Amino acid sequence: MRAVPELVCPAGTPAGLRVAVEAGAHSVYCGFRDETNARNFPGLNFDRAEMREAVAFAHEHGAKVLIALNTFMRAGSLEVWYRGVDDAVEAGADALILADVALIDYARRTHPKQRLHLSVQAAAATPEAIAFYRDRYGIARVVLPRVLTVEEIARLTAQSAPCETEVFVFGGLCVMAEGRCMMSSYATGKSPNMTGVCSPPSHVTYRDEGGALIASVGGFTVERFENSEPAGYPTLCKGRFSARGITSHLFEDPVSLNAVELLPRLAEIGVTAFKIEGRQRGRAYIATVVKAFRRAIDALASGGKIDFEELRALTEGQRDTVGAYRKAWR
Amino acid sequence: MRGNIPPVIANAASILPLLPLEMIVRRLLANAMAARPSFAERLGEHAGRSFAIDPVDCPFVFLMRPGRNKAELRVVRRNEAPGTDARIAAPLLVLLGMIDGTYDGDALFFSRDLVIEGDTGAVLALRNAIENADLDPSTVLALPKSLSGPFNSVARAAFDRLRRLLDAPEESGPKGAFQS
Repeated sequence: MRAVPELVCPAGTPAGLRVAVEAGAHSVYCGFRDETNARNFPGLNFDRAEMREAVAFAHEHGAKVLIALNTFMRAGSLEVWYRGVDDAVEAGADALILADVALIDYARRTHPKQRLHLSVQAAAATPEAIAFYRDRYGIARVVLPRVLTVEEIARLTAQSAPCETEVFVFGGLCVMAEGRCMMSSYATGKSPNMTGVCSPPSHVTYRDEGGALIASVGGFTVERFENSEPAGYPTLCKGRFSARGITSHLFEDPVSLNAVELLPRLAEIGVTAFKIEGRQRGRAYIATVVKAFRRAIDALASGGKIDFEELRALTEGQRDTVGAYRKAWR
Repeated sequence: MRGNIPPVIANAASILPLLPLEMIVRRLLANAMAARPSFAERLGEHAGRSFAIDPVDCPFVFLMRPGRNKAELRVVRRNEAPGTDARIAAPLLVLLGMIDGTYDGDALFFSRDLVIEGDTGAVLALRNAIENADLDPSTVLALPKSLSGPFNSVARAAFDRLRRLLDAPEESGPKGAFQS
């Protein structure tokens, strides 16, 4: 029997966390209801009391809670992030997921025993960058950017030890240099990296145009969904634009990551944790996806057979991809 | 849209007075808010916005303004509905399935089984607050705890059956495009 990869699942609300834990998550990641985390959407996230209760609930059920404080601090408002770190530690977080190097420094100095993870927002994609965080701040795990191939992840994982690696295996796919992308900031004036909102809903509008759904961000029309087409939440990077007479998804296709077929290889190369994206999704989604992935991971650990069909069915009818994990264009 | 109530039933309902329905729904909403006092808190700056909850297969619309301590609610005929900050529209059975967590709101929107208009932030806040409320039929009806288990089981089975009968979207739903 090989080591069981950790299944890291999203929770946007306390109810979502309970569902994720009951569905079999080994760990749940979540954040406070403010700009300290990169999913600062209306109605989402946890206040301090909810976080303490959520951690207690998870621990009672043998699950861990990883608290994301993964935005970059704004000059003049550092206290918001420092308080977030202190409160997360006080709530009993099993790890903090951080991106800003100054916040990491604060967390390490102030809470020397606290386990720290490096957020995907830090975009650490080289052995040197990971070694810096590991050696300087004792980062225990790095969440890898979604721009690496499996073989690159294998080399990084080997070179980063004892720092663990965590990779996204399912859900929304952002292949921008996370933590550095400015597209949404340009269109809306709000930053995914500092305010925690990519394509903030306050700047998103939908309108009907003869049966077609027109989606805009910050006044820029980014997508027209015909009546027969599935709709989507508009982000500039996944918009459909006309350029030089050709209409296409200019930056990236609106596809979802589904790396189910790569789970055995990712486990084999020593990836510690598999992450599911989707803190903005509802309980129904969380329950379905977490259960399916937990079954797959248990099968992987026991040498049993993974039901790939069940996992593929999770995105049935939609376009999915293994993303950069298998870069066919290289 | 999938899951519509047959027009013959909807048409028959159109001749009924709305006041009894409004009184019942107000009571259910008050029950839900009493059971989940953090509901309005989760709406944040969006508490106080006006929402049209539009069951497209019914001849009426629910107008709701959730506040800090209580929610205002009116039921009006569709052609008398005033403008609101946001509108959420789907067949009645689908809207009910969002309240009890049967459906994922994102998936319904992606598959075009749900329409939203107006203030997207307010819609998201409401949807997330409802998600976190984790409501079930017995809570909304304010039944004693001793009855909640069996009642919820029977209600869920009945709704499952009705959904299949009316060809409503499949339950749950990780399907759909995903936000990055």
